[in-house]
Amino acid sequence: MKKEVSVEVHNLTATYGGRPVLWDIDFSLPAGQIIGIIGPNGSGKTTLLKAIMGILEPSSGYVKVFDKPLDEVRERVAYVPQRESVDWDFPASVFDVVMMGRYRKSNLLKRTNKADVEIVEKSIEKVGLTEFKNRQISQLSGGQQQRVFIARALAQKADIYLMDEPFVGVDAATESSILSILQEMRKEGKTVLIIHHDLQTVSEYFDYLVLLNTRLVAKGTLQEVLTKENLSNAYGGQLTLLAKVVDIIKKTEFPIREKDVDL
Amino acid sequence: MKIINEMNDLFIILTASLVAINASVLGVFLVLRKMSMMGDAISHSVLPGIVVAYYFSGDRTSPLLLLGATITGVLTAVLIDWLSSKAKIQNDASIGITYTLLFALGMIMISGWFSGNVDIDLDCVLYGDIALINLDKVIVDENLYLGPSAFLIELSATVIVLLFVFFGFRGFKLLAFNEDFGLSLGMNMNRWHFVMMGLVSLVTVVSFEVVGAVLVVGFLIIPAATAHLLTNKLIPMIFWACGLGVIAVIIGFYLAVWLNVSYTGAMVTVSGLLFFTVVLVVVLRKKRLSGEYLH
Ligand SMILES: Nc1ncnc2c1ncn2[C@@H]1O[C@H](COP(=O)(O)OP(=O)(O)OP(=O)(O)O)[C@@H](O)[C@H]1O
Ligand SMILES: [Mg+2]
Repeated sequence: MKKEVSVEVHNLTATYGGRPVLWDIDFSLPAGQIIGIIGPNGSGKTTLLKAIMGILEPSSGYVKVFDKPLDEVRERVAYVPQRESVDWDFPASVFDVVMMGRYRKSNLLKRTNKADVEIVEKSIEKVGLTEFKNRQISQLSGGQQQRVFIARALAQKADIYLMDEPFVGVDAATESSILSILQEMRKEGKTVLIIHHDLQTVSEYFDYLVLLNTRLVAKGTLQEVLTKENLSNAYGGQLTLLAKVVDIIKKTEFPIREKDVDL
Repeated sequence: MKIINEMNDLFIILTASLVAINASVLGVFLVLRKMSMMGDAISHSVLPGIVVAYYFSGDRTSPLLLLGATITGVLTAVLIDWLSSKAKIQNDASIGITYTLLFALGMIMISGWFSGNVDIDLDCVLYGDIALINLDKVIVDENLYLGPSAFLIELSATVIVLLFVFFGFRGFKLLAFNEDFGLSLGMNMNRWHFVMMGLVSLVTVVSFEVVGAVLVVGFLIIPAATAHLLTNKLIPMIFWACGLGVIAVIIGFYLAVWLNVSYTGAMVTVSGLLFFTVVLVVVLRKKRLSGEYLH
């Protein structure tokens, strides 16, 4: 079987005020998998997603999605920004925000139609927020707000989903329900690209990893990426960290299979 | 004579209400985008545009003047944007620098270069004079009185603003809530931003002779900020803001007549007092609620 490529990044360099934040990043990612982007704070993970989405103009390099320039496949790509990047006091309901997932360049001046409403309601149901449908977003917990963003991405009906830290500030129950949504998406052949912080859980969540620290440190399967060498290259050689790393490597060498099944 | 007076009063109230509606609708988006200062900046920096356009057209209500001044307002927004995003000057400093500079230029023009040729004075630009709007009447066929020209200009601006907000609602909503998401959909959010700034400029320019450059900011921000406290739905917030703006206009008008003070001054004062009343009620209610929890 020929492996389809979801995202290709070529010689990507991005700077803020002349300071490089991403340096000569070059990789291509498989399709149909849950892919984790990991790296320390300030390593450029958010910047990488923004550059892929064209929110940020790279200083050099280019990105292709499904072998095409992004603008030709926009409607196949969904983006979930970091939750803290918006003001949740904005006067909108859960339904209003999820409806934004149906906005297209072509329908921006139009009103909503029935098919859109149906898709939105299904998406809200998928993340378990139906009873909060008309609730104002300021009156939701952090985990519920995160699920609103995921529902909005689901409403986009995309083939690839880029999510910036969807697991931050959510409790264990929400975390596992988000995870099962992601796994269901993978079953449908979708590609999910997730920025993740918690090294403890990477081996349970992801099929494929990108390890970043301004440069691309490593990418590949868990076994390829989660080596002591790679991790200390990315995170520096802190002692406590290295101890954890050993744990993680052990976990990857003896993956706990049941975890994939019943969640 | 009495009928004429009442007619005049009616047009003052109607014109000021349209100013309030125009400003409140846009103000809602400015407040939600935390860009209240932008309204202040634009309302001041259209001054050189007004002077230059007036110099060439010689007419305070010519479309050329309105267009010229509106463009100045958009250029202000462009300059502020450039200073903060490209030159990395802090956003509030960019705003402060840009609009004081442009306003000062306008002052020089009025008092120096164009004095004699331009018959607008600084007081009029700063404070407007709604009491005088009836001097400039629009009469068709020599007897059909359509109202003062200020009223008609304001009405056209209302139509423009409402059309843009109606058809551009999704764009403005994305701009205010989550600009990055709009960009990820491939939308040109810059364009939406500058359309909005153009509307704000238009509204301040058409209002300057009625309420002046200083108080139009009050009309932009206060009703919208009050409405934000009263509802957490976007469309109701817009209606609340317009309603509060119009109520302030009406109460302010009669207060001004009663106390024999400036109309616009009284209108904005009432608007501000309404705001503080609502703040007080909201704070007290929160206190009472949390009190009930404790006991
Ligand atoms: N708007 C900005 N202006 C200037 N510098 C920025 C801006 N946004 C990010 N940076 C810098 O770019 C670097 C990378 O930021 P980025 O947000 O991509 O990191 P990250 O890997 O997502 O970090 P985190 O794990 O904390 O979310 C950081 O050093 C940050 O200080
Ligand atoms: Mg980040």
